Amino acid sequence: MNNFQYSRAADVDDAIRLLATDPDAKLIAGGTNLIDLMKENVERPSRLIDISRLPFRKIEETADGGLRIGALVPNSDLAYHPHVEQRYPLLASAILAGASAQLRNMASVGGNLMQRTRCAYFYDTTTPCNKRAPGSGCSAIDGLNRNHAILGTSPSCIATNPSDMSVALVALGALVHIAGPTGERRIALTDFHRLPGDTPHMDTNLGAGEIITAIELPPRGFSRNYSYLKIRDRLSYAFALVSVAAALELEGNAIGEARVALGGVAHKPWRSLEAEAALRGQAATVDHFSRAADMMLADAAARSHNGFKIELARRAIVRTLTQAASATPQSQAHKKIA
Amino acid sequence: MNAYVGTPTSRVDGRAKVTGAAKYAGEFPADGLVHGFVVEATIPCGRIARLDSTEALKVKGVLDVLTHANRPPLADADEAWKDEVAPEDGSPFRPLYDDSVKFNGQPIALVVAEDWETAKFAATLVRVEYQEAQAFATDLEAERGKAAEVKKPHKPRGDAAAALAGAAARHEADYFIPTEHHNPMELFATTAVWDGDGRLTVYDKTQGVQNVHKFLCGVFDRKPDDVRVVSPYVGGAFGSGLRPQYQVVLATLAALALKRSVRVVLTRQQMYGIGYRPATIERVGLGATSDGTLDAVTHEATAITSRYEDFSRNDAGWADQLYRSPNTRFTHKLVRLDVSTPCDMRAPGAASGVCALECAMDELAVALKLDPIELRLKCYSDRDQSEGLPYTSKQLRECYARGADAFGWSRRSPTPRSMRDGKELVGWGMATGIWEALQMPVAVRIVLTSNGHAEVSCAASDIGTGTYTIVAQVAADALGLPIENISVRLADSTLPQAPVEGGSWMAASSAHAVLAAAEEVRKELLRLAGTMPGSPLAGAELADTVLIDGRIATTSDNSRTVSIADAMRHGNVERIEKEKLNQFDEDKKHARNTHSAVFAEVKVDEQLGVIRVTRMVSAVAAGRILNTKTGRSQIMGSVVWGIGMALHEETVMDPRFGRIMNPNIAEYHIPVNADIQDIDVIFVDEPDAHINALGVKGLGEIGIVGVPAAIANAVYHATGKRIRRFPITLDRLLD
Ligand SMILES: Cc1cc2nc3c(=O)[nH]c(=O)nc-3n(C[C@H](O)[C@H](O)[C@H](O)COP(=O)(O)OP(=O)(O)OC[C@H]3O[C@@H](n4cnc5c(N)ncnc54)[C@H](O)[C@@H]3O)c2cc1C
Ligand code: SF4
Repeated sequence: MNNFQYSRAADVDDAIRLLATDPDAKLIAGGTNLIDLMKENVERPSRLIDISRLPFRKIEETADGGLRIGALVPNSDLAYHPHVEQRYPLLASAILAGASAQLRNMASVGGNLMQRTRCAYFYDTTTPCNKRAPGSGCSAIDGLNRNHAILGTSPSCIATNPSDMSVALVALGALVHIAGPTGERRIALTDFHRLPGDTPHMDTNLGAGEIITAIELPPRGFSRNYSYLKIRDRLSYAFALVSVAAALELEGNAIGEARVALGGVAHKPWRSLEAEAALRGQAATVDHFSRAADMMLADAAARSHNGFKIELARRAIVRTLTQAASATPQSQAHKKIA
Repeated sequence: MNAYVGTPTSRVDGRAKVTGAAKYAGEFPADGLVHGFVVEATIPCGRIARLDSTEALKVKGVLDVLTHANRPPLADADEAWKDEVAPEDGSPFRPLYDDSVKFNGQPIALVVAEDWETAKFAATLVRVEYQEAQAFATDLEAERGKAAEVKKPHKPRGDAAAALAGAAARHEADYFIPTEHHNPMELFATTAVWDGDGRLTVYDKTQGVQNVHKFLCGVFDRKPDDVRVVSPYVGGAFGSGLRPQYQVVLATLAALALKRSVRVVLTRQQMYGIGYRPATIERVGLGATSDGTLDAVTHEATAITSRYEDFSRNDAGWADQLYRSPNTRFTHKLVRLDVSTPCDMRAPGAASGVCALECAMDELAVALKLDPIELRLKCYSDRDQSEGLPYTSKQLRECYARGADAFGWSRRSPTPRSMRDGKELVGWGMATGIWEALQMPVAVRIVLTSNGHAEVSCAASDIGTGTYTIVAQVAADALGLPIENISVRLADSTLPQAPVEGGSWMAASSAHAVLAAAEEVRKELLRLAGTMPGSPLAGAELADTVLIDGRIATTSDNSRTVSIADAMRHGNVERIEKEKLNQFDEDKKHARNTHSAVFAEVKVDEQLGVIRVTRMVSAVAAGRILNTKTGRSQIMGSVVWGIGMALHEETVMDPRFGRIMNPNIAEYHIPVNADIQDIDVIFVDEPDAHINALGVKGLGEIGIVGVPAAIANAVYHATGKRIRRFPITLDRLLD
C-alpha cells in the first residue's frame, strides 16, 4: 500500500473540485474494492476523497413512476427496499446473488458499478497486464483464462466485469446520473461500461473528475416474469462464471417485451438488443429461448480454458428465460436451481 | 471413574476464545514493540543481483531492512535447520541466508518499522534486481517424466504387474489431485519479545513449541535457557504449523539485530509461500477375478516437492491395510520443482492416495456389477498385509453397516443417472477412510493443592482440536475432582515434554500422560493417607485405589476412604507436584488404525452441472471417543474440508511465471455455508484392549479421508461421468 492523503468531501462540488486538483485522487465509498486493490498496490491513489457522507442515500420515486437510487445507497438497503422488492425484484435478486451479507452492507451502488475486474493478473503487479499497466501485454490471453470473457474481447484484454447488480440494471434499462466539472449528465448504463478495445485500462466512460450521483430506473419493473441466475464454482460467495438476468412481459404465452443480459462473459454487462427483438412477439417456448441464446452467443470466442462458458451461457440463458416465463424466479437463498 | 471422559464436555477454553480473552501469537503486547514486513521474491528461481533498500530506509519510522547481506549470523549446518519433522533428505530452507531464490514468494528481506503500515509501505520501496535462471519448472504434469522413485518403498508382494495384466476384471487410471493450501483462519505470526541480554520470549503460531525452541536455539546458537517459545492458542494450522515457519526465524533475527521486541505477521497472500499439500498424480491399478476377489493392486503416486528437500508421505500403501490381495506393488515418486517444500496437511498421503484408491474401487465395482460396499466386504482384510499383523481393533465392517443404514444405502438404484429429483440427477456414493493410530511419549506435570485444585501442564499445543478440554477431562476423572477445579496450561517450551501436535497422536498421548502423572499424585496421597493414625487406607495397594469426589478410596471396599484435604493436612503439605513422562509399550504384534465409511448424496443440475452435496454420513471407528462433542466437531470439520477437496480447492499456478495466481480466500475456494447441508457423524463402538489403557486412537485426520472419493463416486452415480481430476468443477460435467 502506498501513502496517501485523505479528505472528506463536504458536498458534491467539493468532491468534484478535489478530483480536479488532484488527478491521481480516487473517490472512496464503501471501500470494499478500492482498499483491496490498494493493499495489492494495484491502485495507488495520491488521495482518497471520502464521499461516504454525501447525501446520496435516498431511494425515491421519479415523476414518471420510475425510481431514483442515490449512489451511496448500500447494496443491502437497495436489495431489501420494499419498493425494489415489489417492483424491481430482478434487481433485488441480482444484488443478493453477489458477495456476502457483510460486503453488501458496506458496498455502495456507485462503487458496485465501478468495481474492477477480478482477473488474477490484474491483481498481481509482477505480471504483465494492459489494464493495470497499459502496453505491458495481456497475461491472460495465453494464460489462465478460465474465468475470462467470451464476448467483446480484444487482443489487449479479455477481462470480465464482475458485477451482478449491473447485469440486472442493464436489463432493466437503467440510467446513470453523473455530476462533473461541466455540470450534470445522464447516460444509459449500457453505454457506461466500455469494451476493452485497445484501451482496457478504461473500464467506463466516466470522465476525469466526474462522480456518479444516482441510478435511475424506468417505470417498467418486470415484477412478474423475471429471474437472475448465477452459475459459479461454489454455491455462494463466488464471482459468476456466467450469470443471466431475464425479464419478460407476457401476453398469454406471447412475449410482449423481453430483456436478457449476461454477466461474467464480457468486459461489460452484456445485453443483446437483437436477441430481445427476436423474442418479442414470439411464444415463450424453449425453442425461442434457444434461438435467442444462439443469437446472443453467435460471436462468442473462447480461449484455452474458457470454452465451456459458451455452452454454459447458452444453457443458462434458456433456463433463466424459462424460469422467468413460468414466474418461478431463481431463489438466492435456496441453491437448488429452479 | 468416568464423570467426564466419553461425555460431550464443552471446551474449557471456549469462553476465552469467544470473548477474545484468548491471545494468539500476533496479539501479545511488548514494550517498544516494532513490526516487520516481509519482502518476497517475484521469480521462481535465480539469484538476487541487487537489493536496494535506500528508499525504504528513508521512510520515517523505518528502523532497518534486513537482508542476506546485513543480517546477524545464522547457522550454516543443515543439522541446525532440521526440525523434528523436517524431511530426512535435503537441506532445509533458510530465510535471508544467501542470494539464491528457490521459489516464488520466498522471503528475501524484512523491513522493520515502528508500525506495521509503515513497514508494509516501505516494503514496496525495496528495489530488487534478479539474475533469473535460464529455465525453471513448476508444473507436475509437464515434468512427470522426470519423477524419481523414493528410496523407501513398501515391500511388494507377489507379481502385481503380471496379475494385473491377467486379471479377469481390471481397472487402471490416473487420478489428479492439485496442490492445496491449509488456509487456517489465523495468519502465521510471531511476536519475539526481547527480554534483555539476548534472551527472548517467542510467541509463535506453531503446533510444537519445543520443536521451535530447539530449532531457534540451533539456528541462532542460543542456550536453551535463552529462548522460551509460547503458543497458548492456535487458530487452526492443520499441519502448516508442524515445522517452524519462516516468520519465526525473521522475527527472532530482527529482535536480535535490533535488540528490541519484534512482531512479524504474514499476510494471507504470503501464507501461500509456506507449506501445502503437494499436487499428485495417483495411478491405481486393480485386478480382480470375476466374482470380485482382488488379485492385484498397484498404486504409484507421483508428487511434487522442492528442489532442496524431498518431502514424501504414504500415499500409495493403504490398500495393504484395507483390501486382501496376494499381489501388490506400491511406489512413490517425486518430481522436484522450483517451488517451496510441501508439508503435512490433514491426513497427508492418505487424503490424496485413499481418494484415488477409493475412486478406483468404485470403478472396479461398476466393472464387476457389484455394489460398492459388497466389493469392499469381499476384499475386507482383517490383517495389515504389509506386516501380516492383526489390528488392535478394526470395526470397519460395523462402519459400513451403520453408515449404510443411516444413509439408506439399500434404497440406492445402482445404475448411473437412474435417480433424480426434478431437474437434478441424484447420486449416492461411498468410500472407505483409514488413518493411523499413533501415540508418542508425552510428559505431564500435575500440581495438586490442598484446596482441591489441580494445575495440569504440558508443552503440547491445542491447535483447536480440543487438547485443553480432554486433558482437563482425563485429569478431572483421574484426580476425582470437578472439571472446574482443573486448570490446564499448554504450549510453553518450559513445560514438560511433548512432540508436535500432529498425526492424530496427541489425544491418546496426552491423555495417558495425564493418567501417569495422576497415578504419581495418587501414590503420594496414598502414602500420606496411609500414615494417618488409624488410617482406613493403611496397607492399601496403589492398584486398588482411586481418587473420587475429592477422596482417595479403595475400589474393593469404598468405605475405606480418606479425603484428599485430610491426607494433605496430615502430611502438612500444601501442594503435591508430580511430573511423569509416559511411554507406550512397544507392541509389534498389532497394526493400529482408525477407519471410517463415508456416504455422500449429491444432486447435480442435469443441464448446468451445478453440484450440491445434500447429505453426508461419516461412520467412524476410532476406539474410545474421549469427548463426543469435540470429537464430532473434528469429524464435521474434516467432512467439510473433504467436500472442499472434492469440489473446490485448488492452488492455481501459472507455469510461465512459476507463481500462484489465486493466493487469497476470495479466489482459492473453500466451502461456504451454502455448500454444506446435512452431516451425520456416527461413532461406532470400538473397544480396544490392546492399543492403550483407555482404548483411545485419535480423530484429527480420519474424518477427511474418503470424503472426496465418496463425493466423486456420487457424482459418477448421478451423471454417469467419471471425473478423475480434482476439484470436480461444473465445467467438467457439461459436455
Ligand atoms: C470477497 C469479495 C467478493 C465479492 N463478490 C461479489 C460478487 O459476487 N458480485 C458482485 O457483484 N460483487 C462482488 N464483490 C464486489 C463488491 O460488490 C464491490 O466491492 C462493491 O460493490 C464496491 O462498492 P464500494 O462502495 O465498496 O466501492 P469502493 O471500493 O469504495 O470503490 C470502488 C471504485 O468505485 C469508485 N467509486 C465509488 N463510488 C463512486 C461514485 N459515486 N462515483 C464514481 N466513482 C465511485 C471508487 O473510486 C473506486 O474506484 C465482492 C467483493 C469482495 C471483496
Ligand atoms: S485480461 Fe485484461 S485484466 Fe487480465 S491480464 Fe489481460 S489485460 Fe490484464
